[in-house]
Amino acid sequence: MDLSRHLRGLNQARIVVAITVLIFVIASVALPGFLTPDNLIAIIRSVSVLGILALGMAIVIIGRGIDLSMVAVMAMSVAWYLQLLNNGWGDHAALALALAGVLAIGLVNGFLVAYADVPAIFVTLATGSFTFGFVRSQLIAQDAVTVPGDHWIIGLGKARPADVPADIYIFLILAFAAFLFLRFTKWGRYVYYAGDNPLAARNAGMPVRPMLVLRYVLSALSAFIAGLLTASSLQSINTRVVNSNLLYDIVLVAVIGGIGLSGGKGGVRNVLIGAALIGILLNVMTILDIPQLEQNLIKSTILLVAILIDGLLNPRDEQTAQQGDI
Amino acid sequence: MKLKTFATAAALALAGIGLAGPSLAESDPGPAEYAQALNGKRIVLIPMAMGFDLAQGWAAILEREVKAFGGTFETRDPNWSTEAGAQAITEAIASDPKPDMLIVMPPDLNSYSRLLKKAQDKGIFVLLIDNPANFAPDAYMGSNWTRLGELEAEAAVKACGDGSSKKIGLVQGDEVNATSIYQYEGIMKVLDAAEGFQVVAKPVSNWDPTNSRTVTATMLQQNPDICAIIDFWDGDATGAAAAIRDANLQDKVKLITTGGGEQTADCDMIQNGTYHAVVMTELVREAGDMVAMIKYLLQSGVKPGEHTARIYTLEQATTKENLRPDSCWNLKALQAMNQ
Repeated sequence: MDLSRHLRGLNQARIVVAITVLIFVIASVALPGFLTPDNLIAIIRSVSVLGILALGMAIVIIGRGIDLSMVAVMAMSVAWYLQLLNNGWGDHAALALALAGVLAIGLVNGFLVAYADVPAIFVTLATGSFTFGFVRSQLIAQDAVTVPGDHWIIGLGKARPADVPADIYIFLILAFAAFLFLRFTKWGRYVYYAGDNPLAARNAGMPVRPMLVLRYVLSALSAFIAGLLTASSLQSINTRVVNSNLLYDIVLVAVIGGIGLSGGKGGVRNVLIGAALIGILLNVMTILDIPQLEQNLIKSTILLVAILIDGLLNPRDEQTAQQGDI
Repeated sequence: MKLKTFATAAALALAGIGLAGPSLAESDPGPAEYAQALNGKRIVLIPMAMGFDLAQGWAAILEREVKAFGGTFETRDPNWSTEAGAQAITEAIASDPKPDMLIVMPPDLNSYSRLLKKAQDKGIFVLLIDNPANFAPDAYMGSNWTRLGELEAEAAVKACGDGSSKKIGLVQGDEVNATSIYQYEGIMKVLDAAEGFQVVAKPVSNWDPTNSRTVTATMLQQNPDICAIIDFWDGDATGAAAAIRDANLQDKVKLITTGGGEQTADCDMIQNGTYHAVVMTELVREAGDMVAMIKYLLQSGVKPGEHTARIYTLEQATTKENLRPDSCWNLKALQAMNQ
């Protein structure tokens, strides 16, 4: 009786926390070199760019949307920025132009979803392809664009205050900012209401549509920051990343941490949980030298197990299931 | 007398020229036959993508040559998508007039094999470049990837030296591409034979620099005494380089990779110490081989699919020691030739 009540309290986020802790403890005992400060920093760093993207995605998903243009915006905005610099543009002008492009994509996404009522999945798929195609064919010369020699982005990549890479600080600062926004600001709270029941939110007098536009602008901005950090560490950006499965990984981090795709649920905590699991898992599998194909199998099995347990313990019913679930 | 002799000689010489006239006018039949065989031929280049140095270099050289003999040259850009590449090949086979030659860089061993066989059956020559596949092309031009791996491993063994930990890390590309599989085979052949050397980790980057950075960081974390890392492509080795830089191990860990030999991608990186050695493709010569093969096959009377030949590009590991001003080629300079 008592046990079953405890089990009911187990939602997906808690299951994933349990799995993460389990892997962490086993790895700490069994894998020499796992539980060292340097390795722990490496783990956080390996998911900081992914985490920043997932934060932007989370805000959109909680508001019952999805942004499939994030990876394209991340790679292409920074590639264009660097190309402008390489073409001899001044830093301020180039940055302003790239940023304007990023804002434009966010606004177009938001406008089409909010005012033209086109489903987010189609809008962002299209703007993502458009962004990639336009920038790749019209604005840059090659897949990879390098950062000019003495640019501040390179300095950012080399900055290690207290021996911790700058990516980690920026990830944590953005996570905290997103937490404050979602938890303590009026528009942040509205995200949940709009995600849970957009019609009711609108009837209650919330500016549902402008808020929707804002969320897509935020996700585009987080993509731009993630792109800058990627370029800072690699000293170049390779637009091939648009073809990779990074986009699925972003959704995976958000969903595995327990942010429901149906909206209105979850928060920054869930992103951190998801990022922690993925980071630790990848690190352990790399240390163990597990082949790539099996790594994918393990990753997806863990996701399936988490979803399965959640489905068994918290079955969907007419109360919780919503029209428009993805 | 002297004058008379001179005049006679001059007259004779003039007459001689007059006599030689007709035989000089008898023209070389070569150019006409050459033009007849090559004029109007349609050559289509389908690399894995047009957005990277090798493809742009090949295209620049091929375009100049094909235009010069009066043919038409086209490129398709599948942008790293196997499906888009397959579609481009299908479309090319079905197009009218059909191309006379397809130059294809396949993404893996098997995907295009049947399509390319179909092209040959329709009378289209097929040249494979850079990546071998399970298919008999009219010619394969590019690296002998096993040999390329051996060269990388030899450079790593040399860079580590006798007094070192003799620990080597690999950052593989993927587990399906011929370039990755054969490169690995070549590397292991050399390292197995080298006294005391061992591979401590061999993660996969999926050709992505961010992945390469992450796995290299973990690898160095676990084995800080690694003396050399071999990353399977310069397109993602920038990530391994970042991890080495982050770990402050630039002086201890030698990074070895392979690439297309473009100036900014390879030679500049050897110069500034990011890469210790790069096994580079001599692109200009490789593209020269392609041109020779195009000209030969279109004149030869050989039927598509009749013979197969491998034209491996001679390669060597380039380090700071043997780096020459002309070791690399410059994409901008190559492209400028067509303008």
